[in-house]
Amino acid sequence: MGEEEVAMDKQETVKTMPAEEVTAMEARQKSLADLCSMRCALALQSLRKWPWDVYAIRLGAVIAALVVWQLLSANGVKFIIDFRNVPAPLDVGAQLSGLLSSSDYYKHITVSIQRILIAFSLATIFGVIVGVLMGRSRLVRNIIMPYIEIVRPIPAVAWIPMAILMFPTEESSIIFITYLGAFFPIVLNTIHGVDQTDESLVRAARSLGASNRAILWHVILPGALPSILAGLAIGMGVAWFSLLAGEIISGQYGIGYFTWRSYALVEYRNIIIGMLTIGLLGTLSTWLVMRLSRPALRWQEVSH
Amino acid sequence: MFQVTNQARKPTTTAPVLETAEMATTKGHRHVHVDKGHIHIDNISVVFGGNAIAVEDATLEIKPGEFVCLLGPSGCGKSTLMNCVAGFVKPSQGEVSIDRVAVKGPGQDRGMVFQQHSLFPWKTVEHNVAFGPRMAGCSREEASSIARTLLGMVGLGPYAKRYPATLSGGMKQRVGIARALANYPKVLLMDEPFGALDAQTRHMMQESLLDIWDEFGITVIFVTHDIDEAIFLADRVVVMSASPGRLIADIRVELARPRPPEIIADERFVETKRRCMELIRQESLRAFELKGEV
Ligand SMILES: Nc1ncnc2c1ncn2[C@@H]1O[C@H](COP(=O)(O)OP(=O)(O)O)[C@@H](O)[C@H]1O
Ligand SMILES: [Mg+2]
Repeated sequence: MGEEEVAMDKQETVKTMPAEEVTAMEARQKSLADLCSMRCALALQSLRKWPWDVYAIRLGAVIAALVVWQLLSANGVKFIIDFRNVPAPLDVGAQLSGLLSSSDYYKHITVSIQRILIAFSLATIFGVIVGVLMGRSRLVRNIIMPYIEIVRPIPAVAWIPMAILMFPTEESSIIFITYLGAFFPIVLNTIHGVDQTDESLVRAARSLGASNRAILWHVILPGALPSILAGLAIGMGVAWFSLLAGEIISGQYGIGYFTWRSYALVEYRNIIIGMLTIGLLGTLSTWLVMRLSRPALRWQEVSH
Repeated sequence: MFQVTNQARKPTTTAPVLETAEMATTKGHRHVHVDKGHIHIDNISVVFGGNAIAVEDATLEIKPGEFVCLLGPSGCGKSTLMNCVAGFVKPSQGEVSIDRVAVKGPGQDRGMVFQQHSLFPWKTVEHNVAFGPRMAGCSREEASSIARTLLGMVGLGPYAKRYPATLSGGMKQRVGIARALANYPKVLLMDEPFGALDAQTRHMMQESLLDIWDEFGITVIFVTHDIDEAIFLADRVVVMSASPGRLIADIRVELARPRPPEIIADERFVETKRRCMELIRQESLRAFELKGEV
């Protein structure tokens, strides 16, 4: 959803930017992180008091769009967009109900989810470790920052040729591309979170006899957690986006592969289904990350 | 209010603070405390960034169990001096020692209470207080029972499972005090701990602190810029002047203990305060003139 688009937009624009604007980009990344934790809070509120009128309006808006689309496609309108090539919603729906009863469609989804899980887990582990190291050590930060600034703006699609050459199997290439997408938002948010460490808490811990390791575990990581979790939610969105690019090279399965193949096979209805599936999975998994991280942030609530 | 109990137990064998028998006899009699927490601040200076002198030639001896207030205007170097005792700031010259052992860094023998409470927001009240004992190697159960004892003493037993964000400012500071005491330190260092509280809460906290101090027989350095607070609490008020930070007066407060809150309206209190202010004025002028000559 939103996060992916913004993050995507950033990846696209950064490469043409002069160095000093990269810092501005980082500021944006931060506000993005704040936005994301704000969303967590908002989602929580909206669950408590379900605003039925709001959802009625939203549902109405979607239905209205479907009706207009149906009319445009059914009549083969050609005005800027060539609706003769855009399958009508009812056709797509019919096709979908066929797919839902075939095991193939689920196989594509499962394979993609597997890739996301592996890539996202790796990105979380390395992203948090690298982020903490960079956040706590000037030296490490200065060593690694140039790599991040050079590599981060490279879009996932541009990695495809090198990924194929670098990795033994196409599966590992796809996972690598997906991993890269998730890695950067997680690293940057972790650095941001660690930067915000309250030094008076570090002092308090030290005067209570805490070792460096205990301080990392009891002060720095918990303090960075809100930012890290926001990074995970953003990273999950970007992971799906990158996965779609990576699955161009897949020879057999994956929802991205399904979408590309449908284009090659002139199965236009399946393109729409593939796109919507990716959108839905991306939104769902981002929501899931936020949902799962909520208990870890309970201490932020003033009343409970 | 604080419930003064004798339940407190030391977490390790190395921190002999509470001698129950002695407590019983010293209760109500001040100045007869366990012989630990003897502070020597020996001729220390702190220079920041090559030229900014925050503390100059400070020398101070604090006897075990003494309550000393460090009084001075904002920015005069009170926190810096305190941080030398805490071990967070290394003096550019001179040395601080506790019981004749030089301070090399922060340690569990010195508990700290900060102005901004500095509780770990992601830990419950109980886990905040249990943190010190855990770091000292106590088991989860031991640490938890120490925490409960101390929370009981500061009257926060029922709040053990709450997160700090849900507490009032005064309650947070009481947790801060309980946390600092949980390692049964020899010295309690408090940097304007009640500065952010409203007057009413502050007065309650001052009284409670004296009860706690009486209970623990601990040496206290208490930083403040409030002269009433300093006189109400202290055995000695040590006055600091700004730029460079110098100790300019060391005033013994002869008011009997226990001191009821009304004492601030008592003529002896007012007389002490008048004497303090006169001395501070004289010494400040003298310090100012001295600086003018150099
Ligand atoms: N880490 C530091 N680096 C540079 N200057 C400092 C540092 N800490 C304190 N100072 C300066 O030292 C002086 C004394 O500060 P401080 O001890 O905090 O005063 P107080 O606690 O009495 O308000 C101030 O002028 C302050 O700006
Ligand atoms: Mg200060």
